[in-house]
Amino acid sequence: MQLIECPWCGAREEAEFHYGGQAHVAHPEDPHALDDEQWARYVFFRDNPKGPFAERWAHAAGCRRWFNALRDTVTHEFLAVYRVGDPPPPVPGTAPATHRTAPGAQPRQGQEATS
Amino acid sequence: MTTYANTPHTPGDVLPDHPDFLWRNPDPKPSYDVVVVGGGGHGLATAYYLAKNHGITNIAVLEKGWLAGGNMARNTTIIRSNYLWDESSGIYEHSLKLWETLEEELDYPILFSQRGVLNLAHSLQDVRDSRRRVHANQLNGIDAEWLEPDEVAKVCPIVNVSSDVRYPVHGATYQPRAGIAKHDYVAWGFARRANDLGIDLIQDCEVTGIDISDGRVTGVRTTRGRIAAGKVALAAAGHSSVLGAMAGLRLPLQSHPLQALVSELLEPVHPTVVMSNAVHVYVSQAHKGELVMGAGIDSYNGYGQRGAFHIIERQMAAALELFPVFARAHMLRTWAGIVDVTPDASPIVGLTPVRDLYLNCGWGTGGFKATPGVGWCFAHTVATGEPHPYNAPFTLSRFTTGALIDEHGAAAVAH
Ligand SMILES: Cc1cc2nc3c(=O)[nH]c(=O)nc-3n(C[C@H](O)[C@H](O)[C@H](O)COP(=O)(O)OP(=O)(O)OC[C@H]3O[C@@H](n4cnc5c(N)ncnc54)[C@H](O)[C@@H]3O)c2cc1C
Ligand SMILES: [Zn+2]
Repeated sequence: MQLIECPWCGAREEAEFHYGGQAHVAHPEDPHALDDEQWARYVFFRDNPKGPFAERWAHAAGCRRWFNALRDTVTHEFLAVYRVGDPPPPVPGTAPATHRTAPGAQPRQGQEATS
Repeated sequence: MTTYANTPHTPGDVLPDHPDFLWRNPDPKPSYDVVVVGGGGHGLATAYYLAKNHGITNIAVLEKGWLAGGNMARNTTIIRSNYLWDESSGIYEHSLKLWETLEEELDYPILFSQRGVLNLAHSLQDVRDSRRRVHANQLNGIDAEWLEPDEVAKVCPIVNVSSDVRYPVHGATYQPRAGIAKHDYVAWGFARRANDLGIDLIQDCEVTGIDISDGRVTGVRTTRGRIAAGKVALAAAGHSSVLGAMAGLRLPLQSHPLQALVSELLEPVHPTVVMSNAVHVYVSQAHKGELVMGAGIDSYNGYGQRGAFHIIERQMAAALELFPVFARAHMLRTWAGIVDVTPDASPIVGLTPVRDLYLNCGWGTGGFKATPGVGWCFAHTVATGEPHPYNAPFTLSRFTTGALIDEHGAAAVAH
């Protein structure tokens, strides 16, 4: 079984973790200001890259805390884990990752910032 | 007397002739009327019906690996049409009707076996949802029935319907016309007929770019050079997001590993197909004798065609819960495909914002059953530039308009 490094607990078995999909997607500052197209983008559209992907994980059967990880979706290798609120580390051997947010999306006070 | 045994020979020197090849392996031409991207079941069926129903034969099917080596080779072949909504009933039942004559149509054995499918209910809510689905199916002319536990046991005597289990079987939906087929033969049958109609099936040819000018698609870049195209039809299943990105399209898809497994060969013991969303497994028995099992996707995104072992372990535990008789069966093999999952568990089949670029994707865990039906409808869409009535509701724009077709209840663990 694959081991995943929880930033607080260290390496634990994959079965202890819960997947949360793409990271750094901020809730829109003013949802009512979005038109249908923008709202659809926020609700239904996520990146789906073949390769490194910044995503959310929760250590559900451990400390129960959320964290972010940079993981390769082809090899399933975890390239880095980092705490919520930290920017994604650069992908080894490439330019720093850029991340898209829904149009009109603004990071809210107390929520993780978008890089 | 001279016999094989007393003559000197090298191993393999007296093999029979190679069987006839089912298709040519042509080099790509510089230009086609239609380029289909993806040589799985959907791409092959689309090409076949473009030629057969619409007389378009200057077609190439481009496949990055070998024909039908993707999900077409990896699925568990369940065919049924007992989905909840009218839109789904339309396209899946159209497909099921085509399955019923496909062997003659392709003049090729596909081992389509209408052995029925049971979807088990294990809670009061399951019972309510299942009966609702049966009623919806019946209104749409689909052969769905509700079975009580004793009737379930009559259809499939090896299912444990005793009340002395953690999740007792409270009944099941049953579709007698549902069943299984031999996936490889289906692909080869379509490929052979497409080839006979003059279509170029080109393997080892990965599309790496899509050329667009003035909002209109003009061709594709491939590992075997540029190919011009009047129209381009995407049927790349798990890689649809990657192809979409080449055309500037962001799609509401997430690609996940979906695993399955087979046991060693056993005597025929399992007469139908049994699925359980709650216990989380489905099981059938292939013609050869292996038990074929699967369940839901691995949770994380993945393009690696492999998943985690604990998922397999849970599937087998669930199978034992339903079928105690399998306790001594050995697992022979596990594998995974890459499935493209949409937010409403329904596919996207139709036009795109780019002219002459057409999209078929999002079939997720359940598109094998749709192979002839989607081939038929997607071919119509590509040939006429208008969606066929059966795929008209399955637009990309439904995620903006809100006209979703939520089939999670009929498609979660069940494929
Ligand atoms: C384990 C498993 C079990 C399943 N069980 C069932 C079931 O019981 N019933 C059911 O109805 N469905 C089932 N499915 C789903 C079904 O297999 C798929 O929905 C269906 O096969 C998708 O259509 P396809 O056959 O065209 O896909 P594929 O066979 O995956 O075809 C897509 C092709 O596109 C090619 N491609 C990708 N990118 C490129 C590129 N850039 N250039 C050229 N070619 C490219 C791929 O190599 C691939 O061959 C299952 C899937 C899996 C993985
Ligand atoms: Zn932890």
